[in-house]
Amino acid sequence: MKPDLIVVRLGELTLKGRNRHRFEKKVISHIRRVLKPYRTVKLELEFGRIYIALNGQTYEPVAEELRKVFGLGSFSPAFSVEPEIEEIRQLALALFRQQTPPPQTFKVTTRRADKSFPYDSQEMNRLVGGYILQSVPGLSVDVHRPEADIRVEIREGRAFVYSQVTQGTGGFPLGSNGKAMLMISGGIDSPVAGWLAMKQGLEIEAVHFHSFPYTSERSQQKVQDLVRRLADYGGTIKLHMVPFTDIQTRLVQDYNENLLITIMRRTMFRIAEQLAGLSGADALVTGESLGQVASQTMASLKAIGQAVAIPVLQPLIFQDKQDIIDIAQRIGTYPISILPHEDCCTIFLPPSPSTNPSLRVVEGIERNLPWLPEMIAETVRKTEVITIGAELPDPYEKLF
Amino acid sequence: MIYFDYAATTPPYEEVADTVAEVMKRHYGNPSSLHRLGVEAEALVARARETIAQTLEVSPQEIVFTGSGTESNTLAILGAVRRFKQRGNHIITTQIEHASVYETYRKLESEGFRVTYLPVDETGQVRLEELENSLTPETILVSVMFVNNEMGRIQPIERIGRLLQRYPKALFHVDGVQAYGKLDVKPKQLGIDLMACSAHKFRGPKGVGFLYCRSGLELEPLLLGGGQEQGLRSGTENVPALVGMAKAARLSHERRPAFYANTRELRRLLVQGIKDIPELVVNGSEEEEDMAPHIVHFSYPGMKSEVVVHALEQHDIYISTRSACSSGEAEPSRVLVAMDCPRERSISGLRISYGLEHTKSDAETFLRALRQVVKQLAPTATKPGRR
Repeated sequence: MKPDLIVVRLGELTLKGRNRHRFEKKVISHIRRVLKPYRTVKLELEFGRIYIALNGQTYEPVAEELRKVFGLGSFSPAFSVEPEIEEIRQLALALFRQQTPPPQTFKVTTRRADKSFPYDSQEMNRLVGGYILQSVPGLSVDVHRPEADIRVEIREGRAFVYSQVTQGTGGFPLGSNGKAMLMISGGIDSPVAGWLAMKQGLEIEAVHFHSFPYTSERSQQKVQDLVRRLADYGGTIKLHMVPFTDIQTRLVQDYNENLLITIMRRTMFRIAEQLAGLSGADALVTGESLGQVASQTMASLKAIGQAVAIPVLQPLIFQDKQDIIDIAQRIGTYPISILPHEDCCTIFLPPSPSTNPSLRVVEGIERNLPWLPEMIAETVRKTEVITIGAELPDPYEKLF
Repeated sequence: MIYFDYAATTPPYEEVADTVAEVMKRHYGNPSSLHRLGVEAEALVARARETIAQTLEVSPQEIVFTGSGTESNTLAILGAVRRFKQRGNHIITTQIEHASVYETYRKLESEGFRVTYLPVDETGQVRLEELENSLTPETILVSVMFVNNEMGRIQPIERIGRLLQRYPKALFHVDGVQAYGKLDVKPKQLGIDLMACSAHKFRGPKGVGFLYCRSGLELEPLLLGGGQEQGLRSGTENVPALVGMAKAARLSHERRPAFYANTRELRRLLVQGIKDIPELVVNGSEEEEDMAPHIVHFSYPGMKSEVVVHALEQHDIYISTRSACSSGEAEPSRVLVAMDCPRERSISGLRISYGLEHTKSDAETFLRALRQVVKQLAPTATKPGRR
């Protein structure tokens, strides 16, 4: 049996108060976008649910796409039939028999949207449940904790039956909680931080610092590939490519001691803050995780965070590395992140980076770099923006 | 001219030829080079991989580019056997495999592996119960082709895939060369671990193919060196051919429903026309669903098959005797012998194969010529002892 449609339930979070309508609209437009390649599928919204008619499309790839939609509670593959009691019973039984391992207990739950259907929900539960009970020996009904829950829905001109329920990704609909600027390196953490921010309903833009020719074009490509993975969830994402080489080499000439990394990070934060301001983003998102490396001690976080005035959100701050890797694998960024390319933070490492920078000392050093603010402004001006995930003119389209 | 030898090779799509030329001229960088030209070539290879993965509904990392269908089959078999030989010493294939599989199994047999060559029934289908009886806890690999290249019988891949779920040690390798682009081949849904394909069979360039290798399955490489193709196939990538193959894959995939409808229709016509000639006998199953739509195989008992090929050539029509790779041999066909065909039928096999571009009128022209040729040759045929 091939499913005819998918019943999608919106997450509970999205059903609150007067935001509900706006949330629903965002979720639907997100679903429409991920399902765009599947031309035959049709969407229909009804009572906090979305029905996706598959029209011949196989279920699995569509389900795979639905996992990318935030704010989605759960979904089920469903089988469609004429709204006739006999047909419904047959289908429910066939579906029940497909369950592995064969359940010992079950219940039937009916939803009757079409009130003109001759039996009400209670009667339907009995009629369908009784039929299954009769046909399968040794079975009993358990309305509280059934091993199989056979759901029947009756709508105008159509009935359908399903039992399997797959959890959705959850979270808030994309962009329902504002906008932030993600600082992305080529590593494992920052793409995961970006994904969590998106899941929490933030629209993101991304900023990457590159040090060509000290870092290769491939490492820039890598970051673009990571952002493309995120764009699978977020539609299009603007990626700000910051040419960081000049500022970095000047810093190394004027000050190459143990607080260099702190100063460099503060400089990056300032650039990101200015770019955020220009893009209408109200916070920075970073992949910092407490204690992971020298720049992620409490003292460092304080010294670096104080460089900017806007909030710095750190979704991974208390996460274990393994948990971060698990998410990276699930969202498909991991295999890209582990490709071996240098990033700009690893090439100008001072002999012994400080793990305990003092904000007062750092500010003192920066006062001796009077050129810094102007160079930051110039770097912001030279930053290039690439829109990832948009349907841009494709230079290679003809070849494929 | 009527070119009815698509199972041997297909003419590349014109768009594919353009793509190959364009990539050769403009994107000649080595994908491993650090500079921009290298990055560009690398991106093309990645995109070719994605394009092919999409047609199979698998992930790009599961596609390994190779130089041919033969190489893909060899990598699958030797790569798996060498990697997992400590798990068991028994491998299974069929009597009707393509030489690239059959000969590799023969070689492994000579190296000490215990090999079962599964028989087929008179329609050319592998006998499932024989497979079930042959499987042991020592079995580490089972190779069954999707569509037989000689007479077009479709094998019960899905059922075998399901059966092998119960034998987690036994990997399932499928020679998909004659099936990809023609039938619905989704390795994940069919329980396939390894599947070999070749570009020139689906209107791509020659000298390039790919192997689907289920993620998590590690093979022993045949070629060592620069570690290309995730270490599975060292050697600088043939970028123009790979991109050309991806283009052919996309076009064939998009046109597959039309291909199927057209070739099915032509097959009905051809089979009927051949059956109407009393001297000829059609091989394979009577059920059309059992047979690949783009291949018709028949015998002219009592007549050397080369003679028919050359006689048709005078009508500007090009067909094959069994598979192109082994044409010219006087030996009876191993495939037809496995199907228990009488000798005079198994040395006189003829194969026609065609594509989406062929029309009813091509089929009619062919049948007209075939009738003439048979009429002209009949007096010289040895008296048939047909059954």
